[in-house]
Amino acid sequence: MLAMEYRGPKRVRAVQKPMPEIKHPQDAIVRVTRTCICGSDLHLYNGNVPDTRVGSTFGHEFVGIVEEVGPDVTKIKVGDQVLVPFNVACGECHFCKQGMFGNCHESNTMATAVGAIFGYSHTAGGFDGGQAEYARVPYANVGPTVIPAGMDPDDAVLLTDVVPTGYQAAEMAGIQTGDTVVVFGAGPVGIMAARCSWLFGAGRVIVLDNVDYRLEFVRNYAPCEVYNFDEIGDPVLFIKKITDWMGADCVIDAVGAEATGNAMQSITGRKLLLQAGSATALHWAINSVKKGGVVSIVGVYGPTDNLVPIGNMMNKGLTMRGNQTSVKRLLPRLIDHVMNGTLNPKAMITHRLPLEEVADGYRMFSAKLDNCIKTVLIPPSANK
Amino acid sequence: MENSIKDYKQIKGWGVDADPKNDPTYPMRNRMNVSQDPDSKSHPSPMQHDDTELLKSNERPRVSTVYGTTVPPSGLSGMIRRLAFRYSENEYRHWLPLLVADRVQVVEGILEDLASGTVPNIFAEKGYAMEWKHNRTAFITKMAAIAAVTAGVVVLLTSDSDKKNKNSRKRKGYKKGYRGYSDTHAL
Repeated sequence: MLAMEYRGPKRVRAVQKPMPEIKHPQDAIVRVTRTCICGSDLHLYNGNVPDTRVGSTFGHEFVGIVEEVGPDVTKIKVGDQVLVPFNVACGECHFCKQGMFGNCHESNTMATAVGAIFGYSHTAGGFDGGQAEYARVPYANVGPTVIPAGMDPDDAVLLTDVVPTGYQAAEMAGIQTGDTVVVFGAGPVGIMAARCSWLFGAGRVIVLDNVDYRLEFVRNYAPCEVYNFDEIGDPVLFIKKITDWMGADCVIDAVGAEATGNAMQSITGRKLLLQAGSATALHWAINSVKKGGVVSIVGVYGPTDNLVPIGNMMNKGLTMRGNQTSVKRLLPRLIDHVMNGTLNPKAMITHRLPLEEVADGYRMFSAKLDNCIKTVLIPPSANK
Repeated sequence: MENSIKDYKQIKGWGVDADPKNDPTYPMRNRMNVSQDPDSKSHPSPMQHDDTELLKSNERPRVSTVYGTTVPPSGLSGMIRRLAFRYSENEYRHWLPLLVADRVQVVEGILEDLASGTVPNIFAEKGYAMEWKHNRTAFITKMAAIAAVTAGVVVLLTSDSDKKNKNSRKRKGYKKGYRGYSDTHAL
């Protein structure tokens, strides 16, 4: 089968790989029909996440058709069209039982700070991802969800990660009616976090980024106030100034390790990997929220050696608030929002490429070329 | 950019998920202590069994019920990874060797490609066609800068080695070529 393959920092290609196999009675094999490149993939693509092994296939956002099921799979059957949440979760462990599907303890042998994620580094379980024609999906009774009749597959594929992650970012921010919410980052997750902040009753939503086309997009899509942080001086001072010198009620870090805006952070965090990525957005978030406010972190940080293991803090769902998204918990509500038109995820898709052009897709998204917001990859077997 | 929101309550869906009880501590308010959870030690059965070499965090007593079998450790990078997994996720000695192993494996990957008769198409793998198409001026500037820096380094190193060679030749020359002078002088 054709699959994306990581070869090193900023090097990927499409190659022939062996077909995935059923390895556990609760496994399923899904023929992928749509898969996305996520901002989180860029941390891997840039070589910033430890134990990202050459030969891995990325892709934790995918939908497809069930091709084969293990003997213990009862909730889905061959031929079902399913969306596959990005977490690999058993549904039975101590954490899954609390709805913390992003923190499953029975899917990732290689680390305890994070549950397993499809197509992520071996730190997140070592599972191949969905940027391929076929994918192995463990715990098929738990994660894969049959796409409701009438739902556009383009909407469905964004329900596997970006929509729930944006929604959970707003939820974790504890937004109360009338609150002022600041979102750092106008990538797909930041866009969705801004949009979902209104659903929780925000009174004002402000988004900061330094790429004008992304700001223009979120201003129209969310809709919200936007500012280019390259043009406003000190972002923290600016936010204080426009919030009556109090600070925002809630701040969402939708950037993570790849943040620009501070040379020292960029050099030590992004280039030299001497800390868990650039903590610029996190600094701005903590410093621009008001006293007693809430900082919600969904930006991904690495686990390397800075003073605070902020990546583990985010992955384990500690307070301040941060977590990998528990997609399964949020899906019923979000499916309702999509089906009744409250949310329109597919409007974020700006590019559609064949899987064979995966390297171009990564470069375009990574370098923010051609006004790219969200790219969908279509495997050659999608229309079989 | 137009930044004013006229009437945010007109935004479709505004407030539909508002809940005064949405305190920012979910799921902590549903906290379940391990001692109160009779099944806390249970795990889905059966276990996945596979012959793939698996590296396990030493912060857990056993492997998880299912696990990924992608890219088992191999070669020098695999040796480094095995070493890293002796230490907990709390240790630099865990994470930093893993980063080193990642870089070593990049080189191993290129060697594997070459050994199998494949010359990696770095230009295509890096997606430079997109840079050429959408960001040509910056791309050319960047490539020119890299080429200039590379050329500069090569020239610098070459000139250093030339000087060393000359000095070396001079020193050797003093012993050999000027022997006549010395000899003459001696005369």
